[in-house]
Amino acid sequence: MQSRQPALDLSPQVSDEVRKTTCYMCACRCGINVHMKGGKVAYIEGNRDHPVNRGVLCAKGSAGIMQHLSPARLRAPLKRVGPRGSGEFQEITWEEALQTATDWMRPLRETAPEKLAFFTGRDQSQSFTGWWAQAFGTPNWAAHGGFCSVNMAAAGIYTIGGSFWEFGQPDWNRTKLFLLFGVAEDHDSNPIKMGLGKLKARGARVIGINPIRSGYNAIADDWVGITPGTDGLFILSLVHELLRAGKIDLGYLIRYTNAPYLVNAADGPEKGLFLRDTDAKPLVRDRHTGQAVAWDTPGIAPDLAHGVEIDGVTHLPVFRHLSDRYLAPDYAPEATAPRCGIPAARIRAIAAEIARVAFEEEITLDQPWTDFRGVRHETMTGRPVAMHAMRGISAHSNGFQTCRALHLLQILIGSVETPGGFRFKPPYPKPPEAHPRPHAGHSPGQPLDGPHLGYPLGPEHLLIQEDNTPKRIDKAFSWEAPLSAHGLMHMVISNAHAGDPYKIDTLFLYMANMAWNSSMNTSRVMEMLTDQNPDGSYRIPHIIYSDAYSSEMVAFADLVLPDTTYLERHDCISLLDRPICEPEALADSIRWPVVQPDRDVRPFQSVLLDLGARLGLPGMIRDDGTPKFRDYADYITSHERRPGIGPLAGFRGADGTDAGRGAPNPDQIDRYIENGGFWTCHIPTEAQFFKPWNAAYQDWAVARGLYDSPQPYLFNLYSEPLRKFQLAAEGHGHRQPPDHLRARLLQSMDPLPIWYPNFTDAETDPAEYPLHALTQRPMAHYHSWGSQNAWLRQIHGHTPLYVSGEIWKQQQFAPGDWAILTSPHGRITLPVVRMDALNPHTVWTWNAIAKRRGAWALDPHAPEATQSALLNHLIHELMPPRGDGLRWANSDPVTGQAAWYDLRVKIGKAPAGQSVSYPDHSAQRSPVPSPARDLAHQTKP
Amino acid sequence: MTTLPARTDRKLGLVIDLDTCVGCHACVISCKGWNTENYGVPLSDMDAWGEAPEGSFLNRVHSFEVTRDDAPPMIVHFPKSCLHCDNAPCVTVCPTGASYKRSEDGIVLVNESACIGCGLCAWACPYGAREMDGAEKVMKKCTLCVDRIYNQTLPEEDREPACVRTCPAGARHFGDLGDPESTVSQLVTARGGFDLMPEQGTQPVNKYLPPRGRDTLATPDLASLCTPATETATGFLGWLDRALERI
Amino acid sequence: MHPAPSLILFTVLSGTGFGLLVWLGIGLRAPTGIAAFVLFGLGYALTGAGLIAAAFHLGHPERALLAFTQWRSSWLSREAVLAAATLAIMAPHAASSTFAATPLPFFGWLGAALALATILATAMIYAQIRAVPRWHHWSTPPVFLLAALAGGALLAAQTGLALALLLALALAMVAHWVFGDRQFAASGSTTGSATGLGGPGRVRLLEPPHSGRNYLLREMVHVVGRKHARKLRLLALGLGALVPAAVLLLPASHATIILACGLHLAGLLAQRWLFFAEAEHVVGLYYARA
Ligand SMILES: Nc1nc2c(c(=O)[nH]1)N[C@H]1C(S)=C(S)[C@@H](COP(=O)(O)OP(=O)(O)OC[C@H]3O[C@@H](n4cnc5c(=O)[nH]c(N)nc54)[C@H](O)[C@@H]3O)O[C@H]1N2
Ligand SMILES: Nc1nc2c(c(=O)[nH]1)N[C@H]1C(S)=C(S)[C@@H](COP(=O)(O)OP(=O)(O)OC[C@H]3O[C@@H](n4cnc5c(=O)[nH]c(N)nc54)[C@H](O)[C@@H]3O)O[C@H]1N2
Ligand code: SF4
Ligand code: SF4
Ligand code: SF4
Ligand code: SF4
Ligand code: SF4
Ligand SMILES: [Mo]
Repeated sequence: MQSRQPALDLSPQVSDEVRKTTCYMCACRCGINVHMKGGKVAYIEGNRDHPVNRGVLCAKGSAGIMQHLSPARLRAPLKRVGPRGSGEFQEITWEEALQTATDWMRPLRETAPEKLAFFTGRDQSQSFTGWWAQAFGTPNWAAHGGFCSVNMAAAGIYTIGGSFWEFGQPDWNRTKLFLLFGVAEDHDSNPIKMGLGKLKARGARVIGINPIRSGYNAIADDWVGITPGTDGLFILSLVHELLRAGKIDLGYLIRYTNAPYLVNAADGPEKGLFLRDTDAKPLVRDRHTGQAVAWDTPGIAPDLAHGVEIDGVTHLPVFRHLSDRYLAPDYAPEATAPRCGIPAARIRAIAAEIARVAFEEEITLDQPWTDFRGVRHETMTGRPVAMHAMRGISAHSNGFQTCRALHLLQILIGSVETPGGFRFKPPYPKPPEAHPRPHAGHSPGQPLDGPHLGYPLGPEHLLIQEDNTPKRIDKAFSWEAPLSAHGLMHMVISNAHAGDPYKIDTLFLYMANMAWNSSMNTSRVMEMLTDQNPDGSYRIPHIIYSDAYSSEMVAFADLVLPDTTYLERHDCISLLDRPICEPEALADSIRWPVVQPDRDVRPFQSVLLDLGARLGLPGMIRDDGTPKFRDYADYITSHERRPGIGPLAGFRGADGTDAGRGAPNPDQIDRYIENGGFWTCHIPTEAQFFKPWNAAYQDWAVARGLYDSPQPYLFNLYSEPLRKFQLAAEGHGHRQPPDHLRARLLQSMDPLPIWYPNFTDAETDPAEYPLHALTQRPMAHYHSWGSQNAWLRQIHGHTPLYVSGEIWKQQQFAPGDWAILTSPHGRITLPVVRMDALNPHTVWTWNAIAKRRGAWALDPHAPEATQSALLNHLIHELMPPRGDGLRWANSDPVTGQAAWYDLRVKIGKAPAGQSVSYPDHSAQRSPVPSPARDLAHQTKP
Repeated sequence: MTTLPARTDRKLGLVIDLDTCVGCHACVISCKGWNTENYGVPLSDMDAWGEAPEGSFLNRVHSFEVTRDDAPPMIVHFPKSCLHCDNAPCVTVCPTGASYKRSEDGIVLVNESACIGCGLCAWACPYGAREMDGAEKVMKKCTLCVDRIYNQTLPEEDREPACVRTCPAGARHFGDLGDPESTVSQLVTARGGFDLMPEQGTQPVNKYLPPRGRDTLATPDLASLCTPATETATGFLGWLDRALERI
Repeated sequence: MHPAPSLILFTVLSGTGFGLLVWLGIGLRAPTGIAAFVLFGLGYALTGAGLIAAAFHLGHPERALLAFTQWRSSWLSREAVLAAATLAIMAPHAASSTFAATPLPFFGWLGAALALATILATAMIYAQIRAVPRWHHWSTPPVFLLAALAGGALLAAQTGLALALLLALALAMVAHWVFGDRQFAASGSTTGSATGLGGPGRVRLLEPPHSGRNYLLREMVHVVGRKHARKLRLLALGLGALVPAAVLLLPASHATIILACGLHLAGLLAQRWLFFAEAEHVVGLYYARA
C-alpha cells in the first residue's frame, strides 16, 4: 500500500544574499560564498570560480560559522590585573589601550628601537607588519616562518628559485608519478586534495614517503614508512641509482643548471667557488675547443665530464663533483637501507619507477617557445614525475640539506618547470639574487636601513656586530643560522628571557600562541614569561598581544588588543607577501567585512596603522602629522611599495583596467568584491613552462611588475653562497665565525646536498631513547583554533598516542591504557592507540589539540585539557648543554628552522588508573564568559 | 507511509571512492552546516564546549586499518551516511509513518513533524545512519540533500548534495544508480563497487568503490630498464662522454 | 543495546499485565466484585504503567496518537493498536465482572486473544530487528509470551499453571541465550562485510569518526562483561523462573504467591536488562577497536 508522501519544499531559498570573500580558517585562503540571512551569516560554501579551491571547501572552512560565533571571541581590549598567566583582566577602552601601547613604545623608538620585538604568527599581512616594523626602526621583526618551514623555503630559493606550496605545485593535470615526502596536510590543503583526486581519477601512481600512513599517505599506492630524519639519505640513494643507470636529463642539466660550471680547485680563498672570467661570468668547458669560456657563450657545447687544467690544477665541472660524490658506495641502497628503514630492493624499485616514467613516458606539448638565449624550441618536453614535500623533511636539523637533495633529484630528471613535473607559481621563480638582503641597521628615531629579511649571498650579509654577536634578538642571520630567511621566532622568548644577545623591553606578538603550541618547551616558556627580576618587575617588561580569541597566550599579555574575526575585517592576500597564484595565473585576493563586529573589537591592521600614526612613524602620517590612512582598507588601496606597485595587483589604474602595475584605484576593493573577492591574470600559454628561462614569461613578469627587468637564471645544483660560508669556516675572509661553530658550518654549509644525522639523533643514546616522536596536523583542525569550534572539536577532542604494533606488544598495552612518554627533557602521559601502519620505531599524536585548562572558553574538564598533552613539553628549544656555556638552539644550523621532528623518546606504561594527562598546568581564568551548554543554531532571517 | 514503495522511479544515491578518500571530514561538516540551516530542525550539539560534547551528524568518517600478511598495513578512511536502502528496514518499523522512502527517487526521509522520537528506526538500521537529535528529540538522517538537488533557486551545477559539492578529493559521486547508463552506475561497474553488509538484506542504493591495490610497485630495478652507465666498459665517464656527444 | 529503564519497565510491566488479562479474559479465573476490581485493576494498572513508562522513551509523546497509523507494516504500531484494542475490548468484560458479577465471555475471549497478540507484537518489535542478531530469532517471542503468561498466572494465583509456565519460561530463556550467543556469528556480519574491506586482510577500527560521543554509541553499543553477564543470567533464570517455581511447590498461601510474584518480577527485570544489554547491534562493527 502506498500512502501519501508529505509535500516538501524542494526549492527553499538558501539565503537572501551571498557575499564572496576569502576563508581564513587556515592559511590556504580558499574563496568562500558566505550566505547571509537577515544580515547574519547562515552558511558557508566554496566559491566555484575561485582559483584556489574551485568550489570545494574543507571541514574547517565549512565550520567557519562556528568560529565566527565562538564563545571564546574576545570582546574588548584587556588590561592585565592579576599576575601574568593568571588570566585576570579588566576590559578597557580602545583609547586607554592605544595610549598604553604608545606610552610603552614611544620611548623605545626614541632611544633604543631594538628593544621592541615585534613578531607575528599565522597572519597573512607580513609585508604590512614588516613595513611597519621597518618604519619603527626595530631590527626585531619576523613572522612564524622560522619555526614553520624555512628549510623548505630557503633550500628551494637557493636551489631552484622557489619551493613548494606558495612557490609552486605539481602539474596535477599531467603528472604520472607523484612522490609525496613528509606531508600530513600542508598549507595548500584543498589544492593538494584536489590534485590527489585528479591523479586518482587518472590512475596515476602516488608514492607516500612518511613514517605514518594516514591521510594522504593512506591513499598513496605505495607507502614508504621511512625512519624519521633520514629522507636525505634515501633521496641521495635514489640519486645514486639514477646516476649509476645514467637515467638523468643531461640536456636539461646543460641548458638550465650550473652543472657545467667549473669549480675552482686551487687552494686558497677562491677554492670551491666558480671559475669566472673578468666580467665575473662563470666559466664552463667547451667540448669543441676544450677551453674554459663564459657559460653563455653562443654556440658552445658545455662539458659535464671533464675539467680544465690551469697551473697544474684541474678544475672540474659541478656535475663531476656531483657524480663523484653520489656514485660513491656510501649512497648505494645497500648502504642507506638500514638507516632509512627501507629495504634496498625497494629503494631500487622506486628509483627505477622514477626513471621509467621520466624517460619512457615523457610528454610533449605542441607549444613553441623561445628561451633567454634566443633559441626557439618547437615543443615543450616534460618528464611527468612530480614531487612535493613539507615539514616532514624540513622540520629537522638536517632539513635544509634534505630539501636541497630533493630539488637535486627533481632537477636531475629534468622535471622542474616542465610539463608533468613541478611548476612555479608567479612571482616565482625568483633566485636568491633577486631577493633583498637582510637588514638590521637601526638608530634611535630612525627607520631601519632596509627590509628585515632576505637571502644572504655570503658572510658579508650576516647581521652581526664586529664581535660576532647577533644584531637580532632571535639571532637570525648570525653564524648560528646564517641563512635564516624567515627569522627564528621560536627563540625570541627564550633569548629575551636570557638577555642573550641583549635584553628587550616590549614583546609585541600578533596571532601566535607562543605560550602554548607554537613554542618548544612550553612549560618552561610559560615560566620565562612570568619570571621576575629581584625587584619584582618582569624579566620581559611588557607584553602586548593581539588575538581574536581567548587563547593561552592571551593570559600572559599585559595588554590585549582584540582582533575581529575573518568575516569582520579587510585583509589583503598580496603578491608582495604570500600570494595565491597558480602556475598558469597571477592571482591575489581580499577579505572584507561581510558582517560588522558586534563587540568592541578592531581589525589589528587598522590598529597598527593607528599606533603608527600616534608614534609618528614615517609613511603613516601626513606632513601635518595627521594619520595618512583611514584604516587598513585605505592602506590596501592607496599604499605604493614602488611606483605603480601596491598591495593588490588587480584593477589598478584610474579606470581599474591595469594589471599588476598601475596607479592606485580608489574603487579597487569594490572591484574585487564584484569579482568574487579575487583577481586573476593568466600567463600566456607560451610562457607557462620553463619560466626561469622562457623569454615570454620573463617579459610578461616584468610587464606585471613582478620584476623590474628580466631575471633569467640557472638552477644551483652547486650553491656558491653556501661554499662562501664554508670558506669562512676554513679561515678565509674578513668575517670569521667563532671557533666553536667552524666544524658545524663546514659540515652543514656544503655546496652540494648532503645528509648528516640530525643533532638529536647524533647526540641522544639510541638505546635509552629508541623511539622517534612526531606530531601530525589533523585535517579538520587548525593549530589551536579548532578547539573552540563546537563542530570541529567533536572530531578531534583529545590526543591519543599512536604506537606501532611492535611497541604495543613490547609494552603489553591494552585498549584504555596510558603511556608515559619521556624525552631527555621532559615527560607527558597520554592514552595509547595501536596503529600498525606506522614506522615501527615511531610514535605520534595530533598537533595542538591539547589545551590549557580555562582557555578557549572550554569547560576546565574538557578532554582537550584532561585527555591530551602537547608533545611540545618534550621538545627543548635548546640542545642539551655541552659545558661550554653556550646556548645551542634546537634548530637547523643553516636556516634556524625549529627541529620539531628530531625528538627522541622512550615509552613506558602508565600505572593503572591513569586517566588524566600530564602535565596538568594550573587553569587560567577566562576573560570571556562561559558559553551556554547546548547549541542548536539556525539563522532566522 | 511506512510501507516501502514497490519500486522507485529513480534510485538516487552516493558512490564513495575509498581509493580516494583522504579522511578530511569536509563532507561531515558541510553536511552539518547545510542541514543545520535547512531541512528540519537544526542539528544540535549538546554540551558543545563541555566535557562530553555530543552532536547530531548525518555523515561521519571512520578510519580502518587493514593488516595484510604479505604487504604493509593499509589505512582506509571510510565515510558513512544513509545508504537509502531499497529494502529499508528503518522505514517499515516506523510506527508513525514519519519514516518513508520516496517513490519518485528512492530517498529515505523522516517527516520530523510526525516523528515521536521512539528510536526504533535507528535500531533497525544496520549502518548507524540515523541519529536522534539531542535537543529536538526527533530522528535525523541524511536527506540526500533533497532540498538542494531539485532546488530551483540554486544554479544547476549546485544541485547536488552538499557533501559531494565540497569533497576536495572528489571521492563522492551523486547520481541515479537505477539507471545503468548513469556516470555513477558506470563507475560502480568499472571499479567493482560493492554494498555494505549485503547479508543484512537492506539492498543499499549507495555503493562503495574499493581501494585499488596498494604497494604493488613492480618495477624491479634499473638494470631491467637499461645497462647501467657505470657498468659499461668505459665506466660512467665514458658513458657520459658518449651521451654528451649525442646532445 | 542500551538497557533503558523505561523499556525494561515497559516490557516487564505491560507484559505481565497483559498476561494477567489473558487469564482473566478466558475466565480461567473469573473473579467478581472486589476480587474482580482488584485483579482487573491490577491488569489495567500494570499495562497502563508499562505504557506510561514506554512513553518516557519517546521524544515526542504528544504525537503518540500517530503511532496507531502504521499497523500494516510496523510491529510497534501494531503493538499500540493491539494494546489499545485489548484494553477497550476487555473493558465491558471487566466492568461487568466487577459491577454486575457477570463476566462477558465474548469480550473476555476476544480481549484475551488481543492481549496475547499484544504480547507477541511487543516481542516482534525486537525479534524483527535483523540488525540485532540476538533478537532476530524465533526464540525471542517465546520468552516474552511465556514470561507474560507466567507472570499473569502468578498474579491470578493459578499455581499449577504458573508452575508449568515458569518451567517453560526457564527453557525459553536458556534457549534464547544459547541460540542468541551464536546469532551474531550466524548473521554473517563482520567488520569485513560492514566495510567491504575484508578481502585484502584483517580489518580493525583505527579511529572512530569523532572523539566525542554520539547517539549511536550510547544507544546501540553497550558492552557487558562476560562474568557479569553470567551472574545476571543465573539471577534471571533463578529469580525469574526456577526459584518462584520452587516457591510454588510450598504449601499455597497468599504469602507464597506474593513471594513468587515478587521474585519473578525481580528476575524478569534482570532478564530484560540483559536482553538489551547483551544484544549486540551490528553497527558496533563500525566502532569496535578490538
Ligand atoms: N609539537 C609541534 N609544535 C608545533 C608544530 C609541530 O609540528 N609540532 N608546528 C609549528 C608550526 S609549523 C606552526 S606554524 C605553529 C603554529 O602555531 P601558531 O602560529 O601559534 O598557531 P595557532 O595555534 O593557530 O595560534 C595562533 C593564534 O592566533 C589566534 N588567531 C586566530 N585567528 C585570529 C585572528 O583573526 N586575529 C588574531 N589577531 N588572532 C587570531 C589564535 O587564537 C591563536 O591564539 O606551531 C608550531 N608548533
Ligand atoms: N588542517 C590543517 N592544515 C594545516 C595546519 C593545521 O594546523 N591544520 N597547519 C599549517 C601549517 S602552519 C603548516 S607548517 C603546514 C604543515 O603541513 P605538513 O608538513 O603537512 O604538516 P605536519 O603535520 O607537520 O606533517 C608532517 C608530516 O611529516 C611526517 N614526518 C615527520 N618526520 C618525517 C621524516 O623524517 N620524514 C618523512 N618523510 N616524513 C616525516 C609526519 O608523519 C607528518 O605526516 O600545514 C598547514 N596546514
Ligand atoms: S583549506 Fe579549508 S580552512 Fe583553509 S582556507 Fe581553504 S577552506 Fe578555509
Ligand atoms: S570530503 Fe571527501 S575526502 Fe574528505 S572525508 Fe569526505 S569523502 Fe573523504
Ligand atoms: S542506511 Fe539505514 S537509515 Fe538509511 S535507508 Fe538503509 S536502513 Fe534506513
Ligand atoms: S523515531 Fe521517528 S522516524 Fe524513527 S521510527 Fe520512531 S517515529 Fe519513526
Ligand atoms: S547527501 Fe546531504 S544529507 Fe546526506 S550526507 Fe551528504 S550532505 Fe549530508
Ligand atoms: Mo607552520
